[in-house]
Amino acid sequence: MKVTNWGNYPVIDAVVHEPRTTDDVRRIVAEERELIPRGLGRCYGDSSLNHTILSTRHLDHFIAFDSSTGLLTCEAGVSFADIVEAMVPRGWFLPVTPGTKFVTVGGAVASDVHGKNHHVAGSLSSHIASLKLLLASGEVRTVTPEGEPELFWATCGGMGLTGVILEAAIRMKRIETAYIRQRIVKNRNIDEAVEAFERNAEWTYSVAWIDCLAKGEHLGRSALILGEHATQAEVGFRYRDPLSAERPLSVAVPFMFPGFALNTLTVKAFNALRYATYRNGDSFVEYEPFFYPLDSIRSWNRIYGRRGFTQYQFVVPRNGAAALLRRILSRIAESGEGSFLAVLKLFGRQEGMLSFPMEGYTLALDFAMTPEALRLFSELDTLVTENGGRLYLTKDVRMNPETFERGYAKAARFKEVKRSVDPHGKFLSLQSRRVGIL
Amino acid sequence: MRSVLFIGAGSDITRPLAHRYARAGYGIVLASRSLPALERMADDIRIRFNVDARAYAFDVTRTEMHASFYAALPEPPEIVVCLAGTLGEQALSEQDIGAARQVIDANFTGIVSILHIVAADFERRKKGSIVGVSSVAGERGRKSNYVYAAAKAGFTAFLSGLRNRLYPSHVHVLTVHPGFIRTKMIAGRETPGIITASPEQVAKDIYEAQRAGKDFIYSRWFWRYIMLLFTMIPESVAKKLDLR
Repeated sequence: MKVTNWGNYPVIDAVVHEPRTTDDVRRIVAEERELIPRGLGRCYGDSSLNHTILSTRHLDHFIAFDSSTGLLTCEAGVSFADIVEAMVPRGWFLPVTPGTKFVTVGGAVASDVHGKNHHVAGSLSSHIASLKLLLASGEVRTVTPEGEPELFWATCGGMGLTGVILEAAIRMKRIETAYIRQRIVKNRNIDEAVEAFERNAEWTYSVAWIDCLAKGEHLGRSALILGEHATQAEVGFRYRDPLSAERPLSVAVPFMFPGFALNTLTVKAFNALRYATYRNGDSFVEYEPFFYPLDSIRSWNRIYGRRGFTQYQFVVPRNGAAALLRRILSRIAESGEGSFLAVLKLFGRQEGMLSFPMEGYTLALDFAMTPEALRLFSELDTLVTENGGRLYLTKDVRMNPETFERGYAKAARFKEVKRSVDPHGKFLSLQSRRVGIL
Repeated sequence: MRSVLFIGAGSDITRPLAHRYARAGYGIVLASRSLPALERMADDIRIRFNVDARAYAFDVTRTEMHASFYAALPEPPEIVVCLAGTLGEQALSEQDIGAARQVIDANFTGIVSILHIVAADFERRKKGSIVGVSSVAGERGRKSNYVYAAAKAGFTAFLSGLRNRLYPSHVHVLTVHPGFIRTKMIAGRETPGIITASPEQVAKDIYEAQRAGKDFIYSRWFWRYIMLLFTMIPESVAKKLDLR
């Protein structure tokens, strides 16, 4: 069948297995020469694509929940949407969540996802007590950071290349309400934005939306959005049940937009409008629009049309970040390649062999798949890697092996661990082959 | 706690349907032969929806165990959904009465046994709802599966009789005639994609019909018209067709 991920590029023909039990998984892994596990397909490019795919859609059971410690054990195919639906009313939240809840636990571990709280909480791997991993040999191994650190830190962020993640035990986080106390700080340019991040580093959640088409003195003008889980005392009097947020209505983009719908003009107008509608100040908002602003528009990826799109997400070290970001942003503004969405975020320290975060700033930009955009990316690759940065594999669809090797210093160690558990290279993706993990 | 009992809970329709009832606050009781699979489903439901969920080993063909099974439930259910059934092998049924009897028992005789136990309880309590999932196959025999179809025809007739009997006792009986569903039962068989429903769609139809107190539904709705046309073909013509 035809398979594609969130970026609608590439579209490939693949055999998709849908195992229902661990025994099914073991049989498929034994029978296939090469395959890659796949969850909800929310990576942007080819990370979970290969000509044989093992879908975790039926491996979606909650296994155990300890309401005294908050330890939640679930199968790889359980989505973050399922988790927040089940857990928020009981006063628990995900310790780390990406900007969409339509990801699976398996995919989130394999991508070692980060959230708006990375600078204080790290990535998802910091909150994983144990994993159950099915290796190429068919053996099922329980992997913990204490018991088997090498395999654990290769599997978190390991893009599904060490084996099939069957289960994960996540340490959930206590919340008193389903609401977020939010503060918005507008910044006129990138220097102000970075300064604002540094000044507000004690906030649990922080993220900035950037108007990346603004030029000159407005280069990098942005709205920094800060957040804390609201306490009972703060909002309890407003709501009968402060742990149940109203479910927002969701709408869908009904069809693929034609390719010309998104052009420099419309994107520029959208970004200017967006910047103008932000107001400095504090408010209380439900957790859904705070964490998952785009989830209320299903299939928003269709606005880019059939040519597809990609996200260019990189991280650069904290030292000298402002100057480097200024250079990169002005290069993008010059190119006229409009990015519909641009998000800036501060990262803290990070473990893991292929985990994306490092202490510094990450910028994520969406682009339609065009030859011009691809040329721009190649230029940016050089700027990023020369300055000690790297690109996010989960968003990538075009990085070359050199960019990968230069960005990921522990790639060699990862390959060693992979060879020890997968000597014949059974778990491979189109992406892993492209960047040289064979 | 109000609860829903699923007989033949190994069906692929069970999980999406149980999720709907659990989300509405019902406790879930699952009964079928494969206990480990049911326990996995029950654990999941308990954590997801914060409701009581239990799993019981139950064989619809072992009628001698039915009364003690029902009596051992921690509380009588408010709703019983019967999804039990097996397609069997038509060719085998033609040669071996033992095989044919198994198909008939699993799709009819065993269900008569357990649903009569449920019916007696509901009749006495003057409340309850029984959902029987039969099949469009029961509306006309075809050479490819007529033993199964005959058992389903029997089940459909049984349900309408049961509805008639229980009406004065305020007990609701819903008959469901699903068409093709993308399930384990038909895995590997060719079915026309456009009229093949997902288990989730069928679960939604059943849930809404049960809540609305309907007597009979097709799932998906268009099977009403497909079956109307199909049953209009006279036997003198139908016998000559290559019906699979």
